[in-house]
Amino acid sequence: MSVHIREYPGVPLRDRDLQEGRVLATEWRVKAQYAWDTGAALSRFFRGLKEGKIYGRWCPGCNRVMVPPRMFCEWCFRPTVRWVAVRDTGRVNTFSVSYVNWDASRSSVPRVPAVIELDGASPGMGIMHLLGEVGDTLEEILRRVRVGMPVRAVWKPPTERQGAITDILYFAPVEGPGGGENG
Amino acid sequence: MGYQNKVAVVGAGLTRFVRRAQETGKELCFEAARMALDAAGLRPRDIEAVVMGTAPDVFDGVHMKGEYLADGAGGFRKPYMRSFVGGGSGVFAAIHGWYHVASGHFDTVLVVAEEKMSSCLPHPQAAFNGIYDQFLERPLGVNLLWIFALEMNRYMQVHKIPLETIALVSVKNKRNGLDHPCAQEGIPGNYTVEEIVGSEVMVWPVTRLMVSPVTDAAAAIVMVSERVAKRISDRPVWVKGVGWHLDTSYWTNRDLYYPKYVEYAARMAYDMAGITNPRREIDVVEAYDPFAYKELHHMEGLLLCDKGEAPRLLERGITARNGELPVCPSGGLLGVGNPIAAAGLMKVAEIFWQLRGEAGARQVSRPVRTGLAQAWGDLMQVGTVVVLGV
Repeated sequence: MSVHIREYPGVPLRDRDLQEGRVLATEWRVKAQYAWDTGAALSRFFRGLKEGKIYGRWCPGCNRVMVPPRMFCEWCFRPTVRWVAVRDTGRVNTFSVSYVNWDASRSSVPRVPAVIELDGASPGMGIMHLLGEVGDTLEEILRRVRVGMPVRAVWKPPTERQGAITDILYFAPVEGPGGGENG
Repeated sequence: MGYQNKVAVVGAGLTRFVRRAQETGKELCFEAARMALDAAGLRPRDIEAVVMGTAPDVFDGVHMKGEYLADGAGGFRKPYMRSFVGGGSGVFAAIHGWYHVASGHFDTVLVVAEEKMSSCLPHPQAAFNGIYDQFLERPLGVNLLWIFALEMNRYMQVHKIPLETIALVSVKNKRNGLDHPCAQEGIPGNYTVEEIVGSEVMVWPVTRLMVSPVTDAAAAIVMVSERVAKRISDRPVWVKGVGWHLDTSYWTNRDLYYPKYVEYAARMAYDMAGITNPRREIDVVEAYDPFAYKELHHMEGLLLCDKGEAPRLLERGITARNGELPVCPSGGLLGVGNPIAAAGLMKVAEIFWQLRGEAGARQVSRPVRTGLAQAWGDLMQVGTVVVLGV
């Protein structure tokens, strides 16, 4: 704010003002429904998940295997041409530990979102998912999880899969030597 | 790049940053716009076009809120456009105002940025979930903080930066915010690193004192052509360069440790401004700091230091208000508050005040001739940069 300005408009209100009815407020629940198309690339991707497979898409221009798959390459701006089944193992590119729910309410049970680079996709081609079997407290999780750690998908039983990202329950650490390649 | 006119900023205004403001969005816009006009010595009828920067409609529950806010910004019966690139909107609105004037199409443009986030209950967090892919990501139960926490951890891991170092950004900016008359109640303060790191873990490594709060506010600037500037202003501040850039929304397919889109936006602005050595030629910086690590991340993207070097500049006090390269002397989003689009334009206004020597208690100690404001937004993909100079 400039030294030449003496008045700063803007009146704060507190939560209490709202709760005690000193503020006229109205509530509006948005009633909206959407029927989204998954599109050509994600349709195949989700059908693959139902079968326990993860599909990427190959671009002949830059030779990238891309996950999530898309029908065009945003670098080369040409159509991608081939489906490539990548593995359900990979490595943690980054992770965090969430105590906040989708609506900003707090949760005492932490969840562990991560970006996972899948084996068989081009380097850096991560997807977001959750990690599991990594502990229940921040301390445990930070002790067990590290960037670069090999992980493997833990799938829902085949009969319960719906062709959704949640067909993979989470990614779990792969223990022992050679982890990440063969599990 | 061809353009007709030099463009000057000749006035700026800002409301207090408050939560659950008594004022409506329109009323906040009016206050900021009126202050900017007063500062420039202009009346609404002198303004030829109005630009509005404001972020998601879903916060307010008002669809097409650019149009809704037009009255408060003095935009009715005038050429009026809204620019919206998420968190980048505030600085992008200034860029938008710049090309209105630079094109030669208008001589006087009022740029207003507004955000009223607190209408959205219980928390605007929930409204933000819509930025994630509806099939790949939302079913995982996402919240907005995830992408920032993931990015922050990647940045920490690649450069081996301790959490305590990143917390120093909060310490610095929250302390700087103590001198800002518009700072949101309870946001600035004297904190120790231990208090920042030890505050509630929201999404590790992000703690409560490393994230900026929900705020309502408006900011405004007046931009004019050289011809008008010379007539009405003793001390115009010139727009030396503008840049903007967008990266892919496949955000998990990028290496999150470095904001390439900020670099591209900065290079565009530096080329236009004739800046070849930003480290030496930029005197004061308002980098976008909605999260503590973001200031460091953005300093690197702005080519003000090498990759991974920003934490060292911070530790050595170089980015302090009395340092060699003051960053966020205003207090920024961590120290003043984060009304998204208004926070971005506040950064442009702060550089304007710094270059005019009008920043009062926030005035940086070194002499300043060139300053930079930057903002960022959406799925960590938007870079917007404005370089101002006297």
